[in-house]
Amino acid sequence: MPEQLLGRAVPRKEGRAKVTGRARYVDDITLPGMLYGATVRNTSAPRGRIREIHFDPSIPWDEFVIVTAKDIPGANYVALIQLDQPYLVDGVTNHLEEPVLLIAHEDKHLLEEARRAVRVEVEPLPPVFTIEDALAKKEIVWGEDNVFKSYLVDKGNVDDVWSRADIVVEGEYRTGAQEQLYIETNGVIATASQADGVTVWGSMQCPYYVHKSLIKLFNLPEDRVRVVQTETGGGFGGKEEYPSMIAGHAALLALKSGRPVKIIYDRAEDMTATTKRHPSRTRHRTAVTREGKLLAMEIEFVVDGGAYATLSSVVLSRGTIHAAGPYSCPNVRIRSSAVATNAPPHGAFRGFGAPQSIFALERHMDKVARAVGLTPEEFRRRNFIHEGETTATEQVIREPVDMEGLLTRALALSDYQAKRERFERENARAGQTVKRGVGFATFMHGAGFTGSGEKFLESVVGCEATRDGRVEVLAASTEIGQGTNTIFAQIAAEALGIGEDDVEVRQPDTAEVPNSGPTVASRTAMIVGKLVESAALGLKQTLAGAGLIGEKYTPEEFRRACGRYVEQHGALKSFSRYKQPEDINWDDERYRGDAYGAYAWAVYVAEVSYDTLTYEARVEDFVAVQEVGRVINPVLAAGQIEGGVAQGIGFALYERVAWADGRMANGQMTNYIIPTSMDVPPIRVYFEENPYARGPGGAKGIGELPMDGPAPAILNAVEHATGLSLNHVPVMPEDLLEASELEPDAETIGA
Amino acid sequence: MSDIQNKVTLGFELNGRDVSVDAYPMARLLDVLRGELRLTGTKEGCGEGECGACSVVIDGALVNSCLVPVAQVEGARVKTIEGVAGRDDERLHAVQEAFVTHGGAQCGICTPGMVLAAVQLLERDPDPDEAAIREALAGNLCRCTGYTKIFESVVRACRKS
Amino acid sequence: MRANVPDYELRVPRDLGEALALLAERPGEWRPFAGGTDLMVLFEAGRLAHRKFVSIWRLAELRGVEETDAHVTLGALTTYADVRASATMQREFPILCRAAAETGGLAIQNRGTLGGNIANASPAADSPPGLIAYGAQVELLSASGARWVEYENFHTGYKQTVMRADELVARVRLPRPAPGATHYWHKVGTRRAQAISKVCLAAYAELEGARVGEVRIALGSVAPVVLRCRRTEDALRGRELDAATIEEAARMLSEEVAPIDDIRSTARYRRKVSENLLREFLAQLSGQGLR
Repeated sequence: MPEQLLGRAVPRKEGRAKVTGRARYVDDITLPGMLYGATVRNTSAPRGRIREIHFDPSIPWDEFVIVTAKDIPGANYVALIQLDQPYLVDGVTNHLEEPVLLIAHEDKHLLEEARRAVRVEVEPLPPVFTIEDALAKKEIVWGEDNVFKSYLVDKGNVDDVWSRADIVVEGEYRTGAQEQLYIETNGVIATASQADGVTVWGSMQCPYYVHKSLIKLFNLPEDRVRVVQTETGGGFGGKEEYPSMIAGHAALLALKSGRPVKIIYDRAEDMTATTKRHPSRTRHRTAVTREGKLLAMEIEFVVDGGAYATLSSVVLSRGTIHAAGPYSCPNVRIRSSAVATNAPPHGAFRGFGAPQSIFALERHMDKVARAVGLTPEEFRRRNFIHEGETTATEQVIREPVDMEGLLTRALALSDYQAKRERFERENARAGQTVKRGVGFATFMHGAGFTGSGEKFLESVVGCEATRDGRVEVLAASTEIGQGTNTIFAQIAAEALGIGEDDVEVRQPDTAEVPNSGPTVASRTAMIVGKLVESAALGLKQTLAGAGLIGEKYTPEEFRRACGRYVEQHGALKSFSRYKQPEDINWDDERYRGDAYGAYAWAVYVAEVSYDTLTYEARVEDFVAVQEVGRVINPVLAAGQIEGGVAQGIGFALYERVAWADGRMANGQMTNYIIPTSMDVPPIRVYFEENPYARGPGGAKGIGELPMDGPAPAILNAVEHATGLSLNHVPVMPEDLLEASELEPDAETIGA
Repeated sequence: MSDIQNKVTLGFELNGRDVSVDAYPMARLLDVLRGELRLTGTKEGCGEGECGACSVVIDGALVNSCLVPVAQVEGARVKTIEGVAGRDDERLHAVQEAFVTHGGAQCGICTPGMVLAAVQLLERDPDPDEAAIREALAGNLCRCTGYTKIFESVVRACRKS
Repeated sequence: MRANVPDYELRVPRDLGEALALLAERPGEWRPFAGGTDLMVLFEAGRLAHRKFVSIWRLAELRGVEETDAHVTLGALTTYADVRASATMQREFPILCRAAAETGGLAIQNRGTLGGNIANASPAADSPPGLIAYGAQVELLSASGARWVEYENFHTGYKQTVMRADELVARVRLPRPAPGATHYWHKVGTRRAQAISKVCLAAYAELEGARVGEVRIALGSVAPVVLRCRRTEDALRGRELDAATIEEAARMLSEEVAPIDDIRSTARYRRKVSENLLREFLAQLSGQGLR
């Protein structure tokens, strides 16, 4: 028996199946008699009233199953937070690519011909496409004022500060939409009948979200809807809410046809019709003393939510809470809003609002430092938050935080000082066509649902032991590549003192596993992992209580004990339910208190090169230092950081969504550019381990953190290399050309 | 409706065995492998030759099976991910072993194509430097790993083999 | 997958004669289909209008490399991978090797062919600027005979060529470059691999003493066709590479290009970068800088 499983690089549970091609993703599954389904979308106008639907007579329509809004047995909305987004347009359409009707046929090719032979005629209404137009109410396209949600965080009193502050610095920052671009597109298979209810298999992060929405759509009791997650080829938030939509569509076609129906989006449909990261605008006004102490931060944060509310209010919430960062400031006011525009709804994407507001903050902190006359690192050192101090929401930090230590280590590992000096010298040389720069960002990311979220979720995890002493973890938390299966097995095995090979994780299936909550928000390791640990300990207690094991036992004794218990009692199961600790308090009204149970803390350093002939900026080296509590599996954890950093590099320098009438015009992998193996620099990952008492074995959340730091670190480095102050992402070579022409005299800092 | 063409019968070697299949001549090799031949290890990521998830090896050359009409593989030797390990996958190829151990696979959807690209690289160059690895894998997009653990897996695989 | 597969025909002829006979039967009814790296993308997007194709991929007659004292001649089905791997090409035509190495990934390079790149006639294709810089000629073959055309006259407009419906591209002939000539290539895409070019400049030049002798400059992605920059060349030919000459050449180039804004880049960027690449080439030519 291994002494310590936590902290070991146990190989990925389903690794063998994945490297041999045996892993079964939804498109690898075929059911007898299955039809293929397709979605007819509004391609006419970004907003308007559907006047008529034309069916081209060249298609044998009687062979097709056709579903419209009229065929919906229950409620025609996706049940999430607000009930505003229809499964199928009934009257008014609010964005291009909105689903209007569904068709199914057994011949995929004919289905595609038919899809294109339907024309949806729309009487246009005036649309809104920008945050500015939405806020100005140029047209009211949602509710009474185009605002899905607003928050106010108010700490101290910023109003008293401005007049007496030595220095006040303002800035405006923007981030663009970003496509999740999981390599497996959205897909599901559904069966449905009056007798058996609805069953859906598919690629998803949150089986119980789909479950909840299908119950409403079909007006069925809970136990007549079953949702099963199949092997999932990446999510990154992109399969948090959207699977409810496609699952509903397939199930509607299945109900009407009486046959299984598969819908798999092709890449173009997935890119143009499904969610992306919320575009944002952040304005900062910051007061500091001559010595560089923060006095006041006033922040206005706005995200573009697209046409329906979906998850925008919670994305906004996380972005709002992270907007003031890991700094101690006595007076902070953050006003934020999520607004409606006539684009497909923006949605969850790794970081969930935080990468947007942190980008703004960490660009702004460099600007403030310059105004004060301090180096970026010295300015931050004077303002980092410490144990006992409070965040913007007045959460008292109760863990030992050492941002100074992380910064020192990151700067040393990246050789920051020496590079800074060397690059400044070299960049100033005549005829230097390639310039270099280094920059960094310091930040934190809260793990788990925001505020009271975890309390309301009340997640449950089970562990079941079989007669032969094998243990199965029962949870709805999904493996989407991040390593859920492996770390759950490690955690349960460690708790039980058995080998990780003796633990399996049951395929998430709402008919068989309890609701452990959605697989989002960096909550799986920390929150759900802790429940896995306690459910496993529950098994042990049961066996001990029955006198079948003592305090110490061998794996063999454990197996025998399980066998005996199952013989005597029929089954051996243990469940554990989340209970919010008493000392975590959140005030939803005033947006104040303990926003997250724990934070991960990080300092990321980017080195860039800039080609003055082509205006291309490249990341040449990247150092990521973070404190994430205890690392459960070093290979998987580093993999999370590396992957997040690569997505952050894309967010900063490559991934531009070209919009035309609220529709993505470059919805192809050829034209929406993500980094290849030639574009990603060495990503050097370092962990500081500071065990968190409430995480399994001391672990905190990790998944979203690496998305937050790269963009500001890279743009800070670009500014160091070029002297150009770019305050939006993505920054494309075309933007750098324009900026260099606007500021022809921009010089390398220090040169 | 337009003219419907007839299916044709095609024979080729697939993972060391002769197969025969009836298919429309312009059917994508990808679809024929996944459909008629029931080998679903080859994945579709983009359908435009950009992502490499559908990579297979034809007559020793790595290709995107989404860009190959099946009529063009008549008489060819085709290898898919299912033909990389020993029979019934009981013995993994060194590249596969390294991907499992060193974190080269996360969500797994790019993995079959990535493994084939790496296997082909090592057949050409048993000891590639990092630049060669980066170049050999540049046609295979991965969204999970940032490629770092994939490079590491390939390096470990060549040390082993 | 947005095409109705049964609507399409792909005939696999036994030999070149059979392929040419098919193309000649009712000119325009059948079109050649080589490695498929362009046509299949259109097909899958549901945008391949033509329905009947002749597969020429396996035709041995269209492969191979012939070398004479004056020329290197490549079969139209020479793939990018073949180009990269050829010692002759590496030694004498480095521009085409680099273009091949920067086209798609290896899987594309194994299927994409020189002839296909030419016949597909995309202004953003990677090998055409190099073919123009090297003064390539193209052999067009039909059942009624063969003819050689200067590659730079091959394209007549956006996706328009001088090729007749019964012809296919059979061979590409490259005059062997002079020893000591300068070969320049720079493709600008957004990323380092798998990029479609936003600007691509290929140039070949010989110096006669301090003066520019033979010079050919071609640009991709800045006009409806791959552009040979004749006026820019004229501003250079016979001149010494002093500041005035370079400025004049840059001015000419700026007048010759006709870039547009599209989803990949802006006209402004393409124009400016074209000019910068020209300057980089001229710096290399005068021995002051090298990529």
